Amino acid sequence: MLTIAGLSKRYAKGDKALDDVSLSIPAGQVVGLIGPSGAGKSTLIRCMNRLVEPTSGSIRLGDTEITRLGGMGLRRARRRMGMIFQEYALVERLTVMENVLSGRLGYVGFWRAFLRRFPQADVDRAFAVLDRVGLMDHVDKRADELSGGQRQRVGIARALVQEPDIMLVDEPTASLDPKTSRQIMRLIVEVCAERRLAAIVNTHDVALAQMFVQRIIGLKAGRTVFDGPPEALDTDVLTAIYGEEDWSRTIREAEDDAVEEAAAEDAVRVLRVQATPSAVARTL
Amino acid sequence: MSAVSVPAHRWRPPPLVANPWLRYALIGGAALYLALALGSVEVNWARLSDGWARGLRFISGFLEPNFSRRWDDIIQGMIESLTMTVTSTVVGIAISVPIGIGAARNVVPRGVYFACRAIIAVSRSLQEIIVAILLVAMVGFGPFAGFLTLSFATIGFLSKLLAEDIEDIDPAPVEAIRATGAPWPSLIAFGVLPQVAPRLLGLSLYRLDINFRESAVVGIVGAGGIGATLNTAIDRYEFDSAAAILILIIAIVMASEYVSGLVRGPVK
Repeated sequence: MLTIAGLSKRYAKGDKALDDVSLSIPAGQVVGLIGPSGAGKSTLIRCMNRLVEPTSGSIRLGDTEITRLGGMGLRRARRRMGMIFQEYALVERLTVMENVLSGRLGYVGFWRAFLRRFPQADVDRAFAVLDRVGLMDHVDKRADELSGGQRQRVGIARALVQEPDIMLVDEPTASLDPKTSRQIMRLIVEVCAERRLAAIVNTHDVALAQMFVQRIIGLKAGRTVFDGPPEALDTDVLTAIYGEEDWSRTIREAEDDAVEEAAAEDAVRVLRVQATPSAVARTL
Repeated sequence: MSAVSVPAHRWRPPPLVANPWLRYALIGGAALYLALALGSVEVNWARLSDGWARGLRFISGFLEPNFSRRWDDIIQGMIESLTMTVTSTVVGIAISVPIGIGAARNVVPRGVYFACRAIIAVSRSLQEIIVAILLVAMVGFGPFAGFLTLSFATIGFLSKLLAEDIEDIDPAPVEAIRATGAPWPSLIAFGVLPQVAPRLLGLSLYRLDINFRESAVVGIVGAGGIGATLNTAIDRYEFDSAAAILILIIAIVMASEYVSGLVRGPVK
């Protein structure tokens, strides 16, 4: 589906954000991209739809070589890539529906868009994705009236309504509480599975990535230092990606699905050893 | 409580100009220039006392404004001025919005940016009166010259402020819209304009105020409107009529201020 070969990006100031990155993502695979701040995660994702211009290398989406496109060709390629952002990146003063329909701007002429006279087929698509993300009650609300989780659902709907082949997801949960983070992550993974979409998900939340994605790529200083299944992610790998630290409580243990607890107080951990899971839930 | 003895650190905010020589030279130079400049202004006390008497007559005219003597002229001047104001504001906004977008560094290529900034610079560097004199010479006396003047002035004002507002918008939604594959005009319509819409509305209403006040000024140099009426009244030493005109101008400006407040309040 998506093949990246020898991708490098050097910013004008001279620092190399990406250094010879190569990877390939088949249709329907959800990949988690982890790494420290400044490792090039955002740059990598933005190179794919050329919001950032790569310095060298090749990016192929299906049969299309993205790096050589210009103007109309680039816009057509971008239509096939839905993007989800950290701070939602909604147009706050527009309604939920207008924000979702903005995902169709690549298909609709300017005057129809300007006058909000979208083709009925696009409106139908928008309602369908809004129904899928559970926002049918908020269609005509302004985006700034929504909660963080709801806003990210609008962001997901805007990406989905493009009917893309791949989702580029840039730290979707960084501004959300732990529970909402899980819900949003679960939603992203589910819709990708339903539509057989490939996805690349940038995240700082290693535990969350482990819970939901099928493959994890670790990026450090612009290079891939890990590429494998979530189970293969151990303390050595995390040290290789992020540097020396006590990682033992960050990683999911095989039988323990509740990851946030790992960060909880020692007292709770002691309690968990003794009590049944439901008792823990009540204590928490 | 035992006081722990900590050596006292004196602290002063760091000075704006680090070099003390340069700092005191700047202060001294500014003071010297101010003293010399004030000394060079020739104050003519005799003329000041003469003007005082005329000023008093003017003010006493205010105390008993005469609306009736020139009422027909006043009405005609007001209608001209209001027409000039509304038409020039509408035309000015219609031209300003594209130029303002073009003058925002973050949404257009450099060439367009510099071209639009040049248009704004020309419009802003020419004061209304000068433009009005030029246009009266070109198209003759009357409100048409005033309409052209105010439209031209509106472009400089509105485009510049709009452009600066666009340069301050949140780039994230713009990036998101760009990522959908939207063409440039749609990007502007969805990513940029909604973010600046309330400010554009506020600036437009403010410019309506300004254009009405300026319509009185450009009238004095022959560009029609209430300014022409005011000029005639002052030329003939009819200060009571002039006062009536000024009171009407103030009333209309205040009314439009009030209305624009009402409109701007709910729009956020």
